[in-house]
Amino acid sequence: MSLLKLSHVSAFYGASQALFDVHLDLAEGEVLALMGRNGMGKSTTVKVICRMLKNRGGSVMFDGLDLGSVPAHKAARAGIGLVPEGRRCFAPLTVQENLIAAARKGHWDMARVSELFPRLGERQDQVASSLSGGEQQMLAIGRALMTNPRLLILDEATEGLAPVIRQEIWAAIRQLKVEAGLSILVIDKSLKELGGVADKGVIIEKGVTVWTGAFSDLTRDVTDRHLGV
Amino acid sequence: MRRETILNLAIPGILLATALIAYAMDEPYIITLATKAAILALAGVGLNIALGLGGLVSLGHAAFFGVGGYAMGILAFHAQNYMPIWGVIEGTKSMPIIWLVALIASALTALVIGAMSLRTTGVYFIMITLAFGQMLFYFAISWPTYGGEDGMSIYLRNGFPGVNTLVPLNFFLICFVILAVVMVLTDRLGKSAFGLALQATRQNAARAEAVGLAPYRLRLVAFTISGAVTGLAGALFADLNRFVSPSMLSWHMSGEIMILIILGGIARLSGPVAGAMLFIALEYVLEDLSHYWHVYLGAILLGVVLFARGGVIGLIAGREVAHD
Repeated sequence: MSLLKLSHVSAFYGASQALFDVHLDLAEGEVLALMGRNGMGKSTTVKVICRMLKNRGGSVMFDGLDLGSVPAHKAARAGIGLVPEGRRCFAPLTVQENLIAAARKGHWDMARVSELFPRLGERQDQVASSLSGGEQQMLAIGRALMTNPRLLILDEATEGLAPVIRQEIWAAIRQLKVEAGLSILVIDKSLKELGGVADKGVIIEKGVTVWTGAFSDLTRDVTDRHLGV
Repeated sequence: MRRETILNLAIPGILLATALIAYAMDEPYIITLATKAAILALAGVGLNIALGLGGLVSLGHAAFFGVGGYAMGILAFHAQNYMPIWGVIEGTKSMPIIWLVALIASALTALVIGAMSLRTTGVYFIMITLAFGQMLFYFAISWPTYGGEDGMSIYLRNGFPGVNTLVPLNFFLICFVILAVVMVLTDRLGKSAFGLALQATRQNAARAEAVGLAPYRLRLVAFTISGAVTGLAGALFADLNRFVSPSMLSWHMSGEIMILIILGGIARLSGPVAGAMLFIALEYVLEDLSHYWHVYLGAILLGVVLFARGGVIGLIAGREVAHD
């Protein structure tokens, strides 16, 4: 059964249409890679799922709930955890305070997040703005986990990070999939890394879903046509 | 111990010491000034919950200050005239009951005003809170039963069980203890999950929503608590002066509370206390020098805004984060 299902979704920024016909289907426990070139509508799709942008057409169903008229905070409470593009922690709060501010009861707590990212445990009294880029990214993931989501959305989670830190983040994502069985929607440019975690893939081009299938079925021809520069 | 933590203990300590030294030197006027500083600081601590934690720039907090003042005035007025309110409810001269009524009345007023105002943001929020404050100000002016424009006097200060409240030091200590308790509670509030969520909302509402926080609800709760605390300060202020008038509801009063927070330091726990002490001291010193002392105060305020944006506390403790 689908945990998240987008059918024929269209969305606008004011008068400009950004999404025309997006559809995707993610089952419980699956990892779906949302791919596409820059400006094709990946982050807009994420905004629609998280209700930061309302879809004008089509439907967004999450665990059987139509998110059509649901505000952003209720979508998050329904179980959608977002790690936004560009990290975006609550800069003046400490690591611990960032995590407490978002916390809801469930499997994920301070101890488990610190276990996943030991650096956060070491820096829990440090103000978020004073963390390195990689640590801020870990904090953003930790904060999303503290909401105890059923679906974790990672929007360009490793962009702009040093290779060593990227490996650390990808290892954590794999751990979330294998050990926690979390459903994940991940956006990233690295097909190699996506291949290590994704079960399925969806490619968006100019606001339209142009390819969907098992990640292992992603051929060179498809990537050249839709993802190549 | 961090420098700001030390200041959070030292600044109220200086206020207490001032009153005790004035008592030892038989200077009741100084005790009254210290009491006024404690009460204005309490109003500032109230506004700081909305402004410092929630980022809500309210220019209508005099409404809650005045509602608290009028709650005290109306209850005491009916008690001293042996005339029940609407022929049914007895008035009272008991401070604890008056405080409770002032808290409830100002909280309800803040809830109603906040429920409407918080649908707006930025300059619209400032203007709508100002408008609500002025509405209540003009309502009080045109309410002849309770003195209209002239206000009303309460002959005797209200009573507190086991304490002679007419002794200036006793009344100061009552106000000081309330201020200290509210400061401790505000500190706890700021560090609670609610307070952190509120600060997250202040920093970025959209980001906060993405982690499941409801900005409108959080801000409304904060605004209501803020209004209630400011209302309690209003009740004490009316008791200090034994007089209530529409001036307590005017935008000047809102401005005064905001000025003392800016002087002391926005979002700093002891900022309103430092600001209130400085404000009263400046008023006391500068008033002797010139009728136009507000000009000097304005210049000092400009200096603080331009060169010490964390206020007095920021200047001493540095521009570190407000929570410690």
